[in-house]
Amino acid sequence: MRKNWWKILALILVASSIVAGFLGPVPVLPILHETIRNVYFHVPMWFTMISLYLISVIYSVKYLNTGKRAYDLMAVEAVNTGILFCACGLMTGMLWANITWGAPWPNDPKLNGSAIATLMYLAYLVLRNALEEEQKRAKISAIYNIFAFPIMFVLIYILPKLNDSLHPGSGGNSTFGDLDMDNYMRPVFYTAVVGWILIGVWITTLRYRVRLIEDKKNSL
Amino acid sequence: MNLFTQVKTLIYKDVLLEWRSKYAINSILLYVVSTVFVCYQSFKSVDSPIWNTLFWIILLFAAINALSRSFLQETGSRQLYYFSIVSPQAIILAKICYNSFIMLLLSSTAFLVYNLIFSNEVGHWGIYMLSILLGSISFATVFTMVAGISAKAGNNSTIMAILSFPVIIPLLIVLINLSQQGVIGGNFEASWKDISVLLAINVVTIAISLLLFPYLWRD
Repeated sequence: MRKNWWKILALILVASSIVAGFLGPVPVLPILHETIRNVYFHVPMWFTMISLYLISVIYSVKYLNTGKRAYDLMAVEAVNTGILFCACGLMTGMLWANITWGAPWPNDPKLNGSAIATLMYLAYLVLRNALEEEQKRAKISAIYNIFAFPIMFVLIYILPKLNDSLHPGSGGNSTFGDLDMDNYMRPVFYTAVVGWILIGVWITTLRYRVRLIEDKKNSL
Repeated sequence: MNLFTQVKTLIYKDVLLEWRSKYAINSILLYVVSTVFVCYQSFKSVDSPIWNTLFWIILLFAAINALSRSFLQETGSRQLYYFSIVSPQAIILAKICYNSFIMLLLSSTAFLVYNLIFSNEVGHWGIYMLSILLGSISFATVFTMVAGISAKAGNNSTIMAILSFPVIIPLLIVLINLSQQGVIGGNFEASWKDISVLLAINVVTIAISLLLFPYLWRD
């Protein structure tokens, strides 16, 4: 219980944010209408993805400093889970875009930026497969992971702010937080964010432990 | 030897080696000129946004071809020799400087030929030249580090492409924006944001390269 309380907390937070997200009141706004509820699901996916990529970079730095294999496994599993959340974020986003903008994939810097950032992390996984020797693979992929992280940040957060973008929070648009979220929405939104980040970390640790066991079996 | 002399010596060594064979630089210049002709034959005439974008795409592929061979020579025993006499920071700095120089030569040649064949009005030469200068340096900083990584992965050209394309796309977008300002004859106030983003990305890339290259290099 002392070790697992945050998993239960994650479940409670996500479950309550889903219930409150679908049933709770939302402000009545033109065009958006009920789709503003997507902010409870779409935005947390991206926050979780960024947190997981950040965890991955931290473990890559740790790997380079110490050379312990377990750190490398943690880094790659964080990226694997991050890509999963990225896919969920893209899908919930496309659903919302189809209703409010009229097309699932308008040519928009925020969307293209996130797609390209995903390509970067898929390239990281391909790079891992291209290297046979385990130590070399761990070291070189850790280097690429650290190298790619700031560029990913520029792609998702800085470039859309500079260009014209339809997406809320970029291209001179206000975020939902500034204008449209009322005081009921805010706590639900933060609950969802914390809950989903914890769920992401949970999935990562599960995958990491499976990976450790496999690794031990292979080295026997 | 301090860092500065080491970098100077290494750049001198690269230039000397290149000057003796002249194979790499001639082949890459020829590559650019032939690509421009291929594009000219297929497009005949283009309007100005496409003219600008096409130029950057030609440069992108030329840069990948030119810079993927950055670490081709540094293999095996020669690497061990460098390891004993110079610091890894000096090596990566020297490679970045040398590659920037190569890219400047490459992009100015490409621009001369391109502008001669596909003649197009450039509104503000200052901004366009600045974008070519910044573009050459940015390509050099990003591709040098990625070439170092892909050299460790067996100098595979597919690896080089998939690793560098996503990383170069933000730079390319900003560069195309900036040079488009030059084509339509904008002013420096309007493009100040793009210039500062480019400089910031370059500073960050060089800093990360300096930090990471020692790990990459040590086998």
